[in-house]
Amino acid sequence: MSVVLADLAYWQETTIRLVVGLLAVLLPAGTLVYLFLFKMMSFMQSRLGPMEAGPYGSLQLLAEVGKFLQKEDILPKAADRLVFKLAPFVVLISTFLLILVIPAGPDLWFIDVDTGIFLALAVSSISVIGILMAGWASSSKYSLLGALRATGQLIAYELPMVLAVVGVIIQAGTLNVQDIVLAQATGEIFGFGGIGNPFVITQFLGFLIFLIAVQAELTQPPFDMPVAESELVTGYLTEYSGLRFLMFFIGEFATAAIFSALAATLFLGGWYVPGLDVTDNLFNVIGPIILLGKTLLIAFFIFWFRFTYPRFREDQLQQLAWKVLIPLSLINIVITGVLKVVF
Amino acid sequence: MFKKIKVPGLIKGLGVTFKTLIRTLTKGAHTVQYPHVKESPPTRARGVIALHEENCTACMLCARECPDWCIYIEGHKYKAPPRRPGGKPRKKNALDRFDIDYSLCMFCGICVEVCPFEALFWTPEYEYSELKIADLLHDKTLLSQWMETVPDFEDYEAGSEAKVLKVPR
Repeated sequence: MSVVLADLAYWQETTIRLVVGLLAVLLPAGTLVYLFLFKMMSFMQSRLGPMEAGPYGSLQLLAEVGKFLQKEDILPKAADRLVFKLAPFVVLISTFLLILVIPAGPDLWFIDVDTGIFLALAVSSISVIGILMAGWASSSKYSLLGALRATGQLIAYELPMVLAVVGVIIQAGTLNVQDIVLAQATGEIFGFGGIGNPFVITQFLGFLIFLIAVQAELTQPPFDMPVAESELVTGYLTEYSGLRFLMFFIGEFATAAIFSALAATLFLGGWYVPGLDVTDNLFNVIGPIILLGKTLLIAFFIFWFRFTYPRFREDQLQQLAWKVLIPLSLINIVITGVLKVVF
Repeated sequence: MFKKIKVPGLIKGLGVTFKTLIRTLTKGAHTVQYPHVKESPPTRARGVIALHEENCTACMLCARECPDWCIYIEGHKYKAPPRRPGGKPRKKNALDRFDIDYSLCMFCGICVEVCPFEALFWTPEYEYSELKIADLLHDKTLLSQWMETVPDFEDYEAGSEAKVLKVPR
């Protein structure tokens, strides 16, 4: 985006960045909610889902947002008012910061930093603070237990996620997300460069670990212990209502969309499709659409797992992270490092 | 730990949900889009209870057996003309009020079972929701109107000696 906006005044550039940023977060999130949460989940349960608002229920999301806006903003009497009100914003901020580093075309990005992926993984953990704030400030046992479970889970699964990304970084030789895309576009698999080198092939183990860790980071089933409704009502969301609940909801699905986009960028080649030249200016136009398509593919898998599997027990959940995923990702790093040196 | 995770089962589970997804997309869902498409319940479905007023003798058996106490009956006695000339006038029960409160009713059907005079019947009608809860109290005129929707009894087996029951209309 920096190249596209080079000639504009500062305020114009800022306005465009703001609008595009909002769209980039909200549109994929809305698409995900409608396509997967409303429709795919219904079809997997042999029902049709929302059908009344708009053709095939496509305006249902607007109706839901309108409903949430009308609701009373309830604040528990013993709540820590300031922290309680701030918590959803902290969660949303981490979501909005994540979108910064994902490139949607050769010249389309928000910031081009050399430590891009490091920045993304760092800001993604800010949401833990927001969740802990929500749980603590609600002055409710359910909220506090949910928040503590969420914190334990997010910290446990952050490690395999980071370690899975390390494999990609070793293979690409850079932390810059744009360069990782280029490395996949121009790479070769044992001398065959026809489809580039999407890291999902050479880093398949890392891809699987990343998907599982993302699932856990999103606190989606089968990793939804923090919001286990049969024991904790809805965990740290229990005391929230109306607009603040909506913000958590948007945050959850926007994060799902952005993590899918991140996975698509790191493992499926981002905005690049084989057959065209990387430097082709056409990618500035079709790049976002390709990225959205790949994002939806990843999100399909994430939501497919979500609608299929029952919930993990808390100890199983921690065991999976510490005893299986972290050793596996360490092995993955070692193998990747050795092969990188050999070839 | 590795033994506990049953990978083939996990993949099988994904297959089940995916198959359902494809089936719903190609053959349609199991559900019915209710206000547009109406489901036809089985003929013996317990939708609403109909009252055949002429058969009711205000004996109060249904009201007393009702676990929710949702049937309200009021009646009075009157002297009917004697059967034979010169005889005593007969005492008869007249029904003044017969209400069923469907906001309390739990559709157990004990009143239908217990009625000795064939005055209460099940009908499969189900569309009688109301905006006000008080409107769910159906009086005897409304309950009599449900009689039109009572399905006929099924025929007995061939060769049965029993007298075939008919729904009074």
